[in-house]
Amino acid sequence: MGYAALRLTFFLLIVKPFLLLAVGVNVRHRDRLPAAGPALIVANHNSHLDALVLMALLPLRLLPRARPVASADYFLRGRWRAWFATRVIGIIPVAVGSGRSHAEVLEPVRDALAAGDIVVFFPEGTRGEPERLGKLKTGIVWLAQQLPTVPIYPVRLHGLGKVLPKGDWLPVPFFCDAWVGEPLRWEGDPSRFMAALTASLGG
Amino acid sequence: MSITLTSPVMVILGGVWALLALATLVVWWLAPAPDSELRQRIRSWWLIVALCSLALIFSRAAALVFFGGVSFLALKEYLTLIPTRQTDRRVLFWAYLSIPVQYFWIGIEWYGMFIIFIPVYLFLLLPVAMVLNGETQGYLRAAGTLHWGLMSMVFSLSHLAYLLVLPEGEYPHVSGPGLVLFLLLLTELNDVAQYCWGKLLGRHKISPTVSPNKTVEGFVGGVLTTMPLAALLAPWLTPFSVLDALLAGALIAVAGFFGDLSLSALKRDLGIKDSGNLLPGHGGILDRVDSLTYTAPLFFHFTRYYYF
Repeated sequence: MGYAALRLTFFLLIVKPFLLLAVGVNVRHRDRLPAAGPALIVANHNSHLDALVLMALLPLRLLPRARPVASADYFLRGRWRAWFATRVIGIIPVAVGSGRSHAEVLEPVRDALAAGDIVVFFPEGTRGEPERLGKLKTGIVWLAQQLPTVPIYPVRLHGLGKVLPKGDWLPVPFFCDAWVGEPLRWEGDPSRFMAALTASLGG
Repeated sequence: MSITLTSPVMVILGGVWALLALATLVVWWLAPAPDSELRQRIRSWWLIVALCSLALIFSRAAALVFFGGVSFLALKEYLTLIPTRQTDRRVLFWAYLSIPVQYFWIGIEWYGMFIIFIPVYLFLLLPVAMVLNGETQGYLRAAGTLHWGLMSMVFSLSHLAYLLVLPEGEYPHVSGPGLVLFLLLLTELNDVAQYCWGKLLGRHKISPTVSPNKTVEGFVGGVLTTMPLAALLAPWLTPFSVLDALLAGALIAVAGFFGDLSLSALKRDLGIKDSGNLLPGHGGILDRVDSLTYTAPLFFHFTRYYYF
């Protein structure tokens, strides 16, 4: 519980004021976001800020349940970074791009969803070029198949790749947009699911 | 520049609140749907008037922070709309940092630095930062567009704030907030008057390629409304003679018109007027301050040259 308080403080005192004053995220259809877990929030990925923005969109009472999926290779490197990522942000570390099966890589994500968490997931797998949706990986299909009752909320992000792009540490203010799409559910057809998801993420 | 409850500024502000309350009633009657555009617009007006009133009444520092914030939002909106190069990220960061510095010069009343900091120093130094990055592709466009934005959103708008520190006691009834209020009120009322006269009588388009809603009738109606309004308000808030008040009114009306048109041309150029975007909802601040980017510096120099 101590870490939940820390996360709340971090978001209230740092993330939210920063997003409000320095960035300015214009949210469309915030009312479509989940009111309770379990839920999967999926978005296009261009910046480290993406996960923070998506978490900040949720009501504060859901923050302790919000968990972004992130690369273990990157975020568990270094003691302090690992502590901050797993404890304060609450990431679910996964081994991306390792050539292992979906089940091996995404099992902790499935477990978190089964436990009722709100998981933030980037189906591109990595931060791509700003404002260009990369090809979605099939991990999301596996997750949807495993947990067909969990609703999937697509959120299209725009501009954050300009504020804090890959490979830079200095944020520069620009207005950004977050567009929450209609929730999707698994209906049994992988290719139709992928097409619907790609379309709602702006591909 | 302490303001008491009986200061002219408070009286005029009271009038503005009363006028807005009246306008709200009219809009409620005209547009019953709770989310109609007119109602949304009047709600934003309440926010703007409340924030401006607070900033002007509270203290000089509060007013400087408020107007600095307006410059920041305007510059951010501008830099979001225009294409920028990723190699210039740090240069843009310095450009943002110039805002607190520019308003700091106003706070310490260093006129000489206030008036050259952006047009001379930043004009020369920001391109140096770009050159040191070594990227020549799109150099002129990057340097030119950045400077245009800084001149409009920071340099020009900051003249509004310099009005705050202009009066030094030559005219006992004139205060900095009073001059700011005079300029803000007339600029915005001129916008409204132009719009109303255009709707009522508009026949001849003044600049069809830039802004098809602007008409000769609206423009002339705006000028003829703003001039007497200026003469009416001037004895309360300014040291102007009647003739100078009429001239100031005409200056604000004409300058406001071209400020509006200049921003319209920018939006046309960027193609954002007609883009039914997938991610709509950009904008807003530039649409509000467009006229001010012209009226603020011109009114400031008119006032400073003749009276201070």
